[in-house]
Amino acid sequence: MMTPILSARQITKKFGRVVALDNCDFDLMPGEVLGVIGDNGAGKSTLIKALSGALRPDHGEVRLEGDLVQFHEPLEARRAGIETVYQNLALSPALSIADNMFLGREIRKPGLLGSVFRFLDRTEMESQSRALLTELGLLTIQNIGQTVETLSGGQRQGIAVARAAAFGSKVIIMDEPTAALGVKESRRVLELIRDVQSKGISIVLISHNMPHVFEVASRIHIHRLGKRLCVIDPKKYEMSDAVAFMTGAKVPEGPDFA
Amino acid sequence: MKKLLVSTAITMALMSTAAVADVAACLITKTDTNPFFVKMKEGATARAAEIGVSLKTYAGKIDGDHQSQVAAIETCIADGAKGILIAASDTKAIVGSVTQARDAGLVVIALDTPLEPMDAADATFATDNFLAGELIGKWAAAALGADAANARIGMLDLAVSQPSVGVLRDQGFLQGFGIDLGNPNKWGDETDPRIVGNDVTAGNEEGGRRAMENLLAKDPMINVVYTINEPAASGAYEALKAIGRENDVLIVSVDGGCPGVADVKDGVIGATSQQYPLLMAALGIEAIKTWADSGVKPAPTPGKAFFDTGVSLVTDKPAPGVPSIDTKEGTDRCWG
Amino acid sequence: MTPGDQDSLAAEHPDDTVASFEEEGNHFSNQVRNWLHQTPAAVPLIVLVISTIVFGLVLGSKFFSPFALTLILQQVAIVGIVALAQSLVILTAGIDLSVGAIMVFSSVIMGQFTFRYGLPVEVSVFCGLFAGTLMGAINGVLVAVVRLPPFIVTLGTWQIFLAANFLYSENETIRGSDIADQAPLLQFFGEKFKIGGAIFTYGVVLMLVLAVVLAYMLRYTAWGRHVYAVGDDPDAAELSGVRTKRVLISVYALSGLICAIAGWVLIGRIGSVSPTSGQLANIEAITAVVIGGISLFGGRGSILGSLCGALIVGVFSLGLRMVGTDPQWTYLLIGLLIILAVGIDQWIRKVAV
Repeated sequence: MMTPILSARQITKKFGRVVALDNCDFDLMPGEVLGVIGDNGAGKSTLIKALSGALRPDHGEVRLEGDLVQFHEPLEARRAGIETVYQNLALSPALSIADNMFLGREIRKPGLLGSVFRFLDRTEMESQSRALLTELGLLTIQNIGQTVETLSGGQRQGIAVARAAAFGSKVIIMDEPTAALGVKESRRVLELIRDVQSKGISIVLISHNMPHVFEVASRIHIHRLGKRLCVIDPKKYEMSDAVAFMTGAKVPEGPDFA
Repeated sequence: MKKLLVSTAITMALMSTAAVADVAACLITKTDTNPFFVKMKEGATARAAEIGVSLKTYAGKIDGDHQSQVAAIETCIADGAKGILIAASDTKAIVGSVTQARDAGLVVIALDTPLEPMDAADATFATDNFLAGELIGKWAAAALGADAANARIGMLDLAVSQPSVGVLRDQGFLQGFGIDLGNPNKWGDETDPRIVGNDVTAGNEEGGRRAMENLLAKDPMINVVYTINEPAASGAYEALKAIGRENDVLIVSVDGGCPGVADVKDGVIGATSQQYPLLMAALGIEAIKTWADSGVKPAPTPGKAFFDTGVSLVTDKPAPGVPSIDTKEGTDRCWG
Repeated sequence: MTPGDQDSLAAEHPDDTVASFEEEGNHFSNQVRNWLHQTPAAVPLIVLVISTIVFGLVLGSKFFSPFALTLILQQVAIVGIVALAQSLVILTAGIDLSVGAIMVFSSVIMGQFTFRYGLPVEVSVFCGLFAGTLMGAINGVLVAVVRLPPFIVTLGTWQIFLAANFLYSENETIRGSDIADQAPLLQFFGEKFKIGGAIFTYGVVLMLVLAVVLAYMLRYTAWGRHVYAVGDDPDAAELSGVRTKRVLISVYALSGLICAIAGWVLIGRIGSVSPTSGQLANIEAITAVVIGGISLFGGRGSILGSLCGALIVGVFSLGLRMVGTDPQWTYLLIGLLIILAVGIDQWIRKVAV
C-alpha cells in the first residue's frame, strides 16, 4: 500500500456554529490526479484551505509524505512544496504579470546589489515569466510588464495556473481552474494538468465540470456534508453516479466501499 | 411610589442647593496651550481658591475654535454659574451666546479681547491693546530717528478674520509710528508706501516664519517688523536669520511673557509691550464674587470703556519720550 | 460531445493564440490613459510645471528668482517629509491621522530630554527618533494584529499622542536662542548653503534624499512590491505568501520614524521647540498625497507624486500671496485641485477591464 503524498485525518473546522469540516479524511496518492467534487457548501474550499495553510483546522492532522505538518501560513505550505490556485486567483491587480508570478519569492540581483541593497532583478523575473508562459502554451503576451488588472478573467486564470505549475514541487491544488475559461483555454489547462502529472507532481483538482474531472482524474474524492463520502474510480462509474452520490440521491454501497 | 419619587427629588434638589456655598464661576479661554492663557487660568484658579469661588475652566482646542466656547457657555448656564470670564476666539460670533448667558442672569466679563460690540459683555478687563501697539510704534519710530521716514515695514498679524486684539495692536502700532490708519477698525487698508504688506501668522512660530518669508519675497529690504505676539516674532527672526539680516531689522511685539522678555534681552526682539494676564484673571474673579454678593457690576477705568489692567514697554534701549522698563524688571513681572 | 470531438474542432482551426490583446481603438484619450496608468507621477508633475510657469509669467522675475523658488522648497520641506510618511501608509490603503502629533511629540522629546534632563543632544535626538518609530509601530500593531480600521486607530492615537505631548511638555516652549547656545544640533536641518542666489537648507536636501530613497525602496525591493500588493488586495497578497501583518507594521513604524525626522527638521525651521506646532500637518500631508496622485484606495501611485503634490501647494500658496489675493483663494484652489486629482485617479483606474 503506497503512502499518500498528502493526507489528512479527522480534520474539523467550525466557523461559529457552522461546521464546515466534520472529521474529514483525505488522501492524495503520489503521481495521481485526484478529482474532488461536491455540492456547493459541502466544504471543499475549506478543505483545500486547510491543506494549503490558509486556514488552521480546529482538530485533526495533516501529513506530507508521511510526516506530520502544521502550516501556520500559506508561505509555509509553499515552502514545503504545495502550490495552490485559489478560486479567487490571489493575484494583485495593480502589479505586473511578472511581479505576480514572483510575489513572495522575488529574485534579487546577484552579488552586492542583491544582498546589501536588495535590488530586485526585474529583467530576470520578466524573462523567466515570459518563458514559463510560452512553454506552458497558455498565453501569448506582448507586454510582460502589463498590470494584471488589464487582463481578462480567463487570462488572469491562466497566469494563476502557470504560477502554480511553475513552482509546485510536490503537490498542486487547483480550485475550479477552468471556471472562467473558454473551450480552447480549458483544453490547455487539462493538457497542462497531464503535463505536470507526467513530471511526477501530484494534483488535486476541484471542479464542478464533470467531463473535465472524469477526463483527467485517476480517482475522484466525493465530498458531502463536510466529510469525504467515498472515493470512486472514474473508469468504473458514470458521471451520473458521481452526481447522485454527491447530492445524496444514491448511497454508495458494495465491495468498493469498505 | 409616586410620593417616594417626589420626595426623593425634592430632597436631592435641596441638597444640591445647600451644597453650593461657594460662588460658581467659569473661565473660558481661547486655548489651553498658549502660555498666556495658561497663566490666566493659573491666576484665576489661585484667586478663586483664596476668596471662595468654585471655578470651572474651559478652553477651545485651537485659537479660533469658536464652537467649543459656545458649548462651554451653555454648560456654565446649565451648571448654575454666577459669572463667566471669557477670552473670545471669535469676538463677533460669541455675542449671541454671551447675550443668552446675561439673559439667564449671569455676569459676563470679557478678558484680554474685547467683544464686538464691546458692550455685549457686562465688563471688559483687558490690556489696552491699542496703547500696547502705540507704545511699540512710538518706540520703533524713535529708534529709527530720521530713517523712520523711509522705513520699510512688515506687518505680521493674527488671522484673516481680524479679531479685535489683532486690529487694535496693528492700528495702535501704526498710529504710534505715525502712519495714517484709514479705517481704524481693520488692518490692511492703509495706503502709506512704507508698509510692504500684511500677512497672518496664527500667533505661532511656524506662522511667523512663513509670513515673514512671504513678505521678504515681496521686499527683501524690510527693516521694521510689527508682530502680533512673541512666538510669531520668534519665527520671524528665524526667517530673517536665514537671509542673514537678523541684525538689520527691528522687531517689535506684544505680550511680555518670560520667553519673550528673554528674547528682548538677547536682542531677538527690540521692544515688547508687556501685559498682565494674572492680574486680569484675578480681578475678573473678584468682580464675579462682588456681583454674586452685592449685585454690583465692575466699573471701567475712568475715560475708557473697559478696565485697563496695564501695559508696560519692555526694552533695554529706551527711546526718548517713550516710558519703558528694562528687561530686569520685565523679567520680574513676566508670566509663563 | 466527447473531449475528442472538441479536439478535432481545434485541429481544424489550428490557431495557437488562446488570448491576445485587442486595442480599444486608438483614441487619444485612451492612449493618454494608458500612459498615465503606467507613469502615475506624470499628472502632478505636469500640473507643477504648468503652475510654476503661469505664476512666473504673471509675477515675473520676483517669482522666478532662485530665492523665491528655493523659498518654496523651504516652506514645503516639513509637510513634504510628512507627506512621504503618509504616502507609505496610504499605499497600503490605510491612512494616518496621527502624523502631525508624532512629529511634534518627537520634537518635544528631543528638546526636553536635552534641556530638562541634561542628556547629550545626540542621545536626545536618538530618543526622539525612537519614540516616533514606537508610536508608528503602535499604530501598525493596532491595524495589522488587532485589525482595527486605520482611520479610527489613528484618530484615537492622534488625540492620545497630542495630549501626551502637551502634558509632557507642560506647554513650555524652549527658546531658539537657548537651543542655539546649548544644543545647536537640534537646529541642524535649519542650516543652509548657497548656490548662486539659491538658498538650500539641509532640511530641503533631506526631503529630496528621503524621497529618492523611498522611491527606490518601493520600486526595486521585494518589500516595496509587498507594500503595493497589501494595499491593492490584502487577501490575494496573503495567499500569495506575503506576510501582510509584518508589512503593515513595518510601514506604520517607518512612517513614524519619518515623522520624527520631520520633527527634527521642524526645530531647524522655527528655531525653537514648540508643542503647539504642526497642528495641521496631517491634513496638509493628506492633501499633498492626494494631489500627488496616490489613490486613497491603495496599491497604486508614486511617492514622487506626493512630493509634487506638496510642491504644488507651496507654489500656489506663495504665488497667490505675492499676487496679493486674499489667502482664502489659496484654500479654495487647493480644494479644487484635490477633487480634480481624485477624479483623474478614478479615470485612470478605468483602464482595468
